Amino acid sequence: MSDAASDDGSDINQDDTQEELMTPAELIGKLEEAWLNEKFSPELLENKSEVVECVMEQLTHMEDNLQRVKKGDAKAGIHRMEIDRIRFMLSSYLRSRLQKIEKFFPHVLERQNSRKAGEPSLLSPEEFSFAKEYYANTESYLRVVALRRMPSNLQSVDMLKAVPEPCLDSFVFLRVKERQENILVEPETDDQREYVVDLEEGSQHLMRYRTIAPLVSSGAVQLI
Amino acid sequence: MSDGQLPAFSEDGLRQVLQEMESLFEQNQADVNEAKVGGRADLIPSIKLRHCCLLRNQRCILAYLYDRLLRIRALRWEYGSVLPATVRFHMSAEELTWFSQYKKSLASFMRSVGGAEGLDITQDMKPPKSLYIQVRCLKDHGEFEIDDGTVVLLKKNSQVREQEERTASGEKTGSGHPDVRPFCPQHFLPRWKCEQLIRQGVLEHVLS
Repeated sequence: MSDAASDDGSDINQDDTQEELMTPAELIGKLEEAWLNEKFSPELLENKSEVVECVMEQLTHMEDNLQRVKKGDAKAGIHRMEIDRIRFMLSSYLRSRLQKIEKFFPHVLERQNSRKAGEPSLLSPEEFSFAKEYYANTESYLRVVALRRMPSNLQSVDMLKAVPEPCLDSFVFLRVKERQENILVEPETDDQREYVVDLEEGSQHLMRYRTIAPLVSSGAVQLI
Repeated sequence: MSDGQLPAFSEDGLRQVLQEMESLFEQNQADVNEAKVGGRADLIPSIKLRHCCLLRNQRCILAYLYDRLLRIRALRWEYGSVLPATVRFHMSAEELTWFSQYKKSLASFMRSVGGAEGLDITQDMKPPKSLYIQVRCLKDHGEFEIDDGTVVLLKKNSQVREQEERTASGEKTGSGHPDVRPFCPQHFLPRWKCEQLIRQGVLEHVLS
């Protein structure tokens, strides 16, 4: 990109003693990783709102630059395409998250509420509001239209049981970024036995999400 | 109800199932009393059976209602925040309330993205392949302004045809070429501006 290097969101994390400078290219790289991981993961991943904020800033910056370019200049078209591509990635990322929040709403809220202090948040504050509103809206609708007209012992429904959970045993493709040793793979059927694998850097695999879930959040593997 | 369309809300169906639930419950109430007071333990299997039916009915009702909500939610993403009258006609008052609340939540969320004006994530649904696309106007839509200030009149059967965008060196930047049929109104417009109009059926993307 032609823009100068910009800060990442480390001013949000007050406990960082050093400021991390990320080039715009690195920032977009981080967005792409977050986008692909979210797209291919069966469950909602940790929110990356610092990345989202920085990318939005970057887009505004690029749009401003574009206004100053002479009309009809060939560069304008290329810059425009780049803005469109980044905006598509960002929108798609946020859409993936919203869709999972809506699909698994009671479980997402449960996970968020049971996070311990110091653990990174699953939802951004805005996503949390959205999830709570979605829950309240849906529950209220079902109560008013049907539940309150049912016999007294059936007037409530346990949302956690009624709404299915994400299937963590679904298979995902991944590429290994950092070498991992002794990953335990659980048996799928009774006649299989558990075994360990080593994941070499740069290799690609098809595995059950549950086995490698912690590696996705640590950034050791990338879902593809 | 398998094609994603929203049929009319079945008020009758819902009422019938609720009535059946009420009558099953009353029978159970009576039998439970009999079993407790009259010692009729032989009634217990039928009590259990009715209870299973009640649970099943509850599940069916909730599944029906929730499935409709999911379709209605999809409408927001497909059509935008104003639903066509034909669709609204098939929705119950409570569904309209749910939709209106959902719209509001979504708008709040989108506005909060990034901190400035937010980001409309109902746009950019497909990866951008080209800068400009060729569109045909299917309905009258009046004037349409694009970023560089030019105003295009979107009119069905209009005779106006838009120039292609050309760079300083005279090369075409967009895809496609002007349609040679003289009586079909064609426009060559920026893709991101047209997305919503294409989804609403005002413009048609011409693939050449």
